[in-house]
Amino acid sequence: MKSLLIYLRNYKKETVLAPLFKLLEASFELLVPLVMAAVIDNGISNGDKPYVIRMCLIMVALGVIGLVCSITAQYFSAKAATGFATELRKSLFAHIQNFSYAKMDTIGTSTLITRMTSDVNQVQSGVNLVLRLFLRSPFIVVGAMVMAFTVDVKGALVFVVTIPLLSVVVFGIMLITMPLYKKVQSNLDRVLLITRENLMGARVIRAFNKERDEVRHFEKSNQELTDAQKYVGKLSGLMNPLTYIIVNGALIVLIYVGALRVDTGILTQGEVVALINYMSQILVELVKLANLIITVTKAIACGNRIQRVFDEKAGIPEGTADGKFLDGEDTGKKDAEEAFVEFDHVSMRYEGAGADSLNAVSFRVKKGQTVGIIGGTGSGKSSVVNLIPRFYDVSAGQVRIGGKDVKDYKIKSLRGRIGVVAQKAVLFKGTIAENLRWGNETASDAELWEAVETAQAKEFVEGREEGLSFKVSQDGKNLSGGQRQRLTIARALVRRPEILILDDSASALDFATDAKLRAAIRQMKGSPTVFIVSQRASSIMYADMILVLEDGELAGLGTHEELLRDCGIYQEIYYSQFPKEAQEREKGAQ
Amino acid sequence: MGKHGKDRQTETLKKVFRRLGRYRIFLLFTVLLSIVTVALTLYIPKLTGKAVDCIVTEGQVDFGGVMEILVQIGICILVTAFAQWLMNICNNKMTYQIVRDIRNDAFKKIEILPLKYIDGHPYGEVVSRVIADVDQFADGLLMGFTQLFAGIATIAGTFCFMLSVNVKITLVVVLITPVSFLVAGFIAKRTYAMFKLQSETRGEQTGLIEEMIGNQKIVQAFGQTENVMEKFDEVNARLQSCSLKAVFFSSITNPATRFVNSLVYTGVGVTGAIGVINGSLSVGQLTSFLSYANQYTKPFNEISGVVTELQNAIACAKRIFDLIEEEPQVPEPETAVKLTDVKGNISLSDVSFSYVPERKLIEHFNLEVKPGQRVAIVGPTGCGKTTLINLLMRFYDVTDGSIRVEDIDIRELTRKSLRAGYGMVLQETWLKTGTIRDNIIMGKPDATQEQITAAAKASHAHSFIKRLPKGYDTWITEDGGNLSQGQKQLLCITRLMLVKPPMLILDEATSSIDTRTEIRIQKAFARLMEGRTSFIVAHRLSTIREADVILVMKDGKIIEQGSHEELIRQGGFYQNLYQSQFAGA
Repeated sequence: MKSLLIYLRNYKKETVLAPLFKLLEASFELLVPLVMAAVIDNGISNGDKPYVIRMCLIMVALGVIGLVCSITAQYFSAKAATGFATELRKSLFAHIQNFSYAKMDTIGTSTLITRMTSDVNQVQSGVNLVLRLFLRSPFIVVGAMVMAFTVDVKGALVFVVTIPLLSVVVFGIMLITMPLYKKVQSNLDRVLLITRENLMGARVIRAFNKERDEVRHFEKSNQELTDAQKYVGKLSGLMNPLTYIIVNGALIVLIYVGALRVDTGILTQGEVVALINYMSQILVELVKLANLIITVTKAIACGNRIQRVFDEKAGIPEGTADGKFLDGEDTGKKDAEEAFVEFDHVSMRYEGAGADSLNAVSFRVKKGQTVGIIGGTGSGKSSVVNLIPRFYDVSAGQVRIGGKDVKDYKIKSLRGRIGVVAQKAVLFKGTIAENLRWGNETASDAELWEAVETAQAKEFVEGREEGLSFKVSQDGKNLSGGQRQRLTIARALVRRPEILILDDSASALDFATDAKLRAAIRQMKGSPTVFIVSQRASSIMYADMILVLEDGELAGLGTHEELLRDCGIYQEIYYSQFPKEAQEREKGAQ
Repeated sequence: MGKHGKDRQTETLKKVFRRLGRYRIFLLFTVLLSIVTVALTLYIPKLTGKAVDCIVTEGQVDFGGVMEILVQIGICILVTAFAQWLMNICNNKMTYQIVRDIRNDAFKKIEILPLKYIDGHPYGEVVSRVIADVDQFADGLLMGFTQLFAGIATIAGTFCFMLSVNVKITLVVVLITPVSFLVAGFIAKRTYAMFKLQSETRGEQTGLIEEMIGNQKIVQAFGQTENVMEKFDEVNARLQSCSLKAVFFSSITNPATRFVNSLVYTGVGVTGAIGVINGSLSVGQLTSFLSYANQYTKPFNEISGVVTELQNAIACAKRIFDLIEEEPQVPEPETAVKLTDVKGNISLSDVSFSYVPERKLIEHFNLEVKPGQRVAIVGPTGCGKTTLINLLMRFYDVTDGSIRVEDIDIRELTRKSLRAGYGMVLQETWLKTGTIRDNIIMGKPDATQEQITAAAKASHAHSFIKRLPKGYDTWITEDGGNLSQGQKQLLCITRLMLVKPPMLILDEATSSIDTRTEIRIQKAFARLMEGRTSFIVAHRLSTIREADVILVMKDGKIIEQGSHEELIRQGGFYQNLYQSQFAGA
């Protein structure tokens, strides 16, 4: 939590001025009884009415000054608190944005969203309150104690016992409740998760008539949250009564001690009254402080949750290499030209997984080649292509592009030259053009249309009245799966990538469109090196090289003809999809 | 803010009170306890004063009297503390239970909202209502309970004490204090709109966060972090400025009312002092009056603080109530019948449908499906195949015409029985957080392990499930994050295999599964489809060829309809499509 306070750095002035003005206001407030005392002592005893009215005008003036100070303080603290929250959110968002794929897999989205929203709000209220009240209350508590000492040292010893006792109670309750507030927040995470899940899975839930079960499920989690909240509430609710008992207990002791000391003539009656007044002043402030501490405890618990996100190391260490991927011609080395993309005994294991997803995979791809990757569900196809833009890191071996380990490139430079079309077709709220320009911000409309045409999306984009300015809603809900997929392909093409990765990204396309798409990509300018991951043999059979994966191992490598001759698994896949050829083959065998 | 806004605010407030009604006993208890607390708190200074009177000067201390009063004070303290503690517990209980009720209601509403609403609102915004808004509301409510009653009781108590001392000066106090209410009301009115704006901007930001963090992988793949950051900054800056306004203006209330209080104090001072000079009041009475005046006005500060907090709470409550009161899907008629004994007769007569009136999709469509028939839906990508499924399952209602199952209009059937009649595998796989088992048994919660294993074997999911660390008890994280797309799809198919409903809908059910497994699953599907009416959306024409009826769709419309042979003979769009599969590639 403490380290979050640096987000106040741009509001140093406000952070200092807010409590200062608050103290100023408190001081003026303390002056008022003195003026009143003057009214009683001088005005009344002399029967001087004009003096009374003069003094009252002074009191009004003090009130006005107090008002101005206080509003100033409120303004500064509001400014500091909201500014703080804004910067915190910004830097938290930026931090999360840098999380690696592996990190996102392990942390999960829901909890990050609660932390960015609800937790930050709590911290904001905490900061606002602290700036306004945290200095004021101790100021008055300590001030009253000091004043008590000036009255009578021995009598003031009661304060010396009381105040630490109070601190023990206050901080003790704070320490106990802090972890409980954390629990409340994580229960809240769970409630959020279920809500989100039910929005996303509305169709399936209804299809299976699970509405009632889900409601029950939600009610259970919600009840757990409520129970946790009530439990914390019970504990922190002890604060008020306990402090009340302590302070008033001290008052009893004070009166008793006072009685003894008046009896022996050390104190006067008036002085006892003064001591009692100071004690009740402390009480009033402590009640405020206790309420404040509950809010602050919550804020600290939330702050710690945010801090933990910051503690997660963002991103992955980058290399320094920049610029175009080098191939043989650039380096003059024959060897490099042989292998534009090279996997050298690559193994990879996802975090928390029991087994390697890739095991010692090696292959070399020349510039401009088209590589097909085929294999069963969970065979590691996606893992291979995820390693090229370094979405994940290898656990052993090396992935090289242009003769250089991918780890030696700047991430931005590496990914900027690779066009990726992921399995899940994701589009963002905004126009089609805005979505496509993710690939290349400077692309002209003509370039966008070119990409759209290559991606076989021209027809439907033209079919929309707004064309490229058609507004895509969140998650592309107003487009069909196939339309989304083609737009995501266009998005990758807009950047004219040197390496294009299609990760099973034509699954929602029919065969005809799929074939046209592949033909169009082959004719693209700059002839990118293309990786096509697919379940369909027809999508990859014309590739220059085909990788056949089975349980994370390379089960076959070669052209369609070679594999059909030598690779059992490839044969099985191919013939399962081309029954006619399978029949002919059987006939031939007979 | 117009009168209209104020009306709505009162409206919301009424709803909050209606919810409070359920917990009237707690409410009553809280009020009683706060009266006890306040009365004793006001009584203790009086006792202290008496005690002080017993300590006159050297040698004149009445120890017996002091002790007696001290014991009284002690009892008062204990009772007060106990009452305070009970009150806190009551407040907590009441607040959190109301919040729980509201969340439950909101969630129940989500379950019965028309899909149109869910498809049309960003998830983040709805989530922000259920989570953040309810939280803010709870904070406001709790603060309201803890401070409002105590405040009111203190005001009433001191008022009585003051009256007992001097009526004239009491009148001065009573006349000036409403000013602070006016001030607080004036500010509150203005801040309500600001809080609302803040709440809305927050919702917008949550939506953006949800979208971007949810799809972070894509954002990173395209190196768009900076652009996204820019967008975020823009919303963030707007949120900052409207939060600042809301927080600042609402926090003016407190100093403003405190200023009014100092006026009250001064007023008492002037009239009191002059009264003393004129001889109608003693100095001691003035002193006690001043201290009571102070105590009388302090709760007003607190109350006005509570008022701003409540403003915020009401703005949040409004957004939640908006959700809770959102029109649910068309309710089932009283006479809705359960679909029983499904043979698989489905007829669509003169069906028209469009998502938005401007863009007509399906128009005057007719189709008769007999039991056991297979209907294949084909067409180029994005032709609206899913729309038909939305209608069959009654996720959306037809705009015109009717769909009948077993000769009953589906609008006259219970949704539950209609949907239970279908088994559905969608292209978009969705898994809930829970174990693999939880996900498989969705359609049949009482399935035995044997049945589950059999279903998983039929869908060829058993082998991969077996290899997971904890087999069927492996925990699936959010949205099945730790499974591949194909594995997720296998699980969705397993769900279906376990239930074996009389009618089937397969929307690209095997699009992410490798072909070797797919061939095996297709065989299992073929067995399953025997005697069951089924709708199949597919790309592979080999599957389609075997269908009894093929619907060819293009641009959301059904353009051809017939068997494979008929359509080939027609030489239309379908024939073209069919040719391209084997000619292409």
